[in-house]
Amino acid sequence: MRAIQTERLIETVKRIYHNVPSYRQKMQEDGLVPDDIKSIDDLSKLPFTLKTDLRDNYPFGMFTVPMSEIVRIHASSGTTGKPTVVGYTRKDLNSWSEVVTRSLCMAGVHREDIVQVAYGYGLFTGGLGLHYGCENLGASVIPISGGNTEKQLQLMEDFGTSVIACTPSYSLYLAEEMEAAGIKKENLKLRIGIFGAEPWTENMRKEIEAKLGLKAIDIYGLSEIIGPGVSCECEHQAGMHIMEDHFVPEIIDPVTLQPLPAGEIGELVFTTITKEGIPLIRYRTRDLTRLNYEKCACGRTLVRMEKCKGRSDDMLIIRGVNVFPSQIESVLLEMSETAPHYLLIVEREGNLDTLKLMVEVQEQFFSDEIKVLEALRKKITHKIQSTLGISVDVKLVEPKTIERTAGKAKRVIDNRKL
Amino acid sequence: MIIKQLTVFLENKTGRLNEVTQLLGNAGINMSAMSLADTSEFGILRMMVSEPERAILILKDAEFSARLTDVVCLNSPNEPGALARALDILSGEGVFIEYLYAYSMDNKSANIVLKPDNIQKCIEVLQAHRLELVKASDMYKI
Repeated sequence: MRAIQTERLIETVKRIYHNVPSYRQKMQEDGLVPDDIKSIDDLSKLPFTLKTDLRDNYPFGMFTVPMSEIVRIHASSGTTGKPTVVGYTRKDLNSWSEVVTRSLCMAGVHREDIVQVAYGYGLFTGGLGLHYGCENLGASVIPISGGNTEKQLQLMEDFGTSVIACTPSYSLYLAEEMEAAGIKKENLKLRIGIFGAEPWTENMRKEIEAKLGLKAIDIYGLSEIIGPGVSCECEHQAGMHIMEDHFVPEIIDPVTLQPLPAGEIGELVFTTITKEGIPLIRYRTRDLTRLNYEKCACGRTLVRMEKCKGRSDDMLIIRGVNVFPSQIESVLLEMSETAPHYLLIVEREGNLDTLKLMVEVQEQFFSDEIKVLEALRKKITHKIQSTLGISVDVKLVEPKTIERTAGKAKRVIDNRKL
Repeated sequence: MIIKQLTVFLENKTGRLNEVTQLLGNAGINMSAMSLADTSEFGILRMMVSEPERAILILKDAEFSARLTDVVCLNSPNEPGALARALDILSGEGVFIEYLYAYSMDNKSANIVLKPDNIQKCIEVLQAHRLELVKASDMYKI
């Protein structure tokens, strides 16, 4: 593996140095030329690439091939300013299909499966990424895209969908709608779910598996690196195997930017070593995780990454305390009395940050007695306070009052003007 | 003797109560009694309705969190001390009351809806003391 990585890294550095002026400048500032990179061990000498670099070179400034070679363009929804644009050559699309196909194989999907791809098709990489991977594998793809829940359920029933690919929050929404429509999981043929594009917890996995009667597999990716298929869990669900022959991972300390020893939690950084359209060196994902280099029970030696613990940039600092929305989610799910639908609202009153949490109360736990509901509210308040170390104002709300979307669930509203 | 009370979770938001009453009214479901328990954040609406089973389906369709709760209804003479006697009996037998609400349809008697901690025991105690309980079938006719 290291020999392959070395060979491909050297090639990639040359390609970028000669074709991307902004990155060449970064290397020159560090006194580096491509010949300084002799092996994969030299990776940490190279400067980082940031999301802002892509934005500054909007739209195509970081492509290393002429547009005549680019056959597909994707863009990630820009939360601030302009979207992040990526381009794929024909070879890139083949590699992408290849890594998604591998992901699906690891998850246990095979050519007899009927795969309903309920990720959005379009500029977002989720839909088309899964689509081509499934076709390449030989499975039957239902390219339904996101949303239109009634139709999703109808096709699931009528076509005998065996694999569903969507965001984990949408899978829970589907489960809710199934219940509402009186569809029993026993009457469906679902056996595997390929879930990604947003962080989710182990507790959420248990809930999804119980409600949909399938094995919930975590898939990871980001459009800057290629899209879904950068890494994926195997059937042992013990970390996501990274496709190291295409994407070389590192873990760095997000503050000092120094590489961290194996096994430590830090920010995940990727270097693409096979991409032609927009290869990136040491791209900072902002995702926090750790790597496990041990051989997996499935026999694969590809390094595994844990579920992301959060992001080094969506971390909320409330009264000096670092708060990850995923921590709140874990607390709520541990209690099992509440659905995983919640909304965190951060405000600043005077100089004090306040944290308000809206939690939907599941129907089966709704009581006719005030004291039972008050006790539930107190329990949530107490648990979150003891987990985070800061006080929180919990408000119980009616089921389905927090907005659901077919895409990513909005968990946090930060109204502070900092 | 067990009566199904319709219970609805309401957030403290303008118009939520109207929505419930309108939905039931449009469906031709009559409410004979109701009580709204409130906290600073949310309220619990408890109601006696003519068709509890149908009412709950209508509310669930409209995405309300609603359920049916077992309660008993005591018919007590409309005279001083009548309720006190009934409550004495219940407390004497160790029946705890979570909540109650009362209404009167005429001048002779009042109906008292009770949510006891142990409903079977409550019914046995009241019947043993020959206190009049309203039958579910009669309740839904009102």
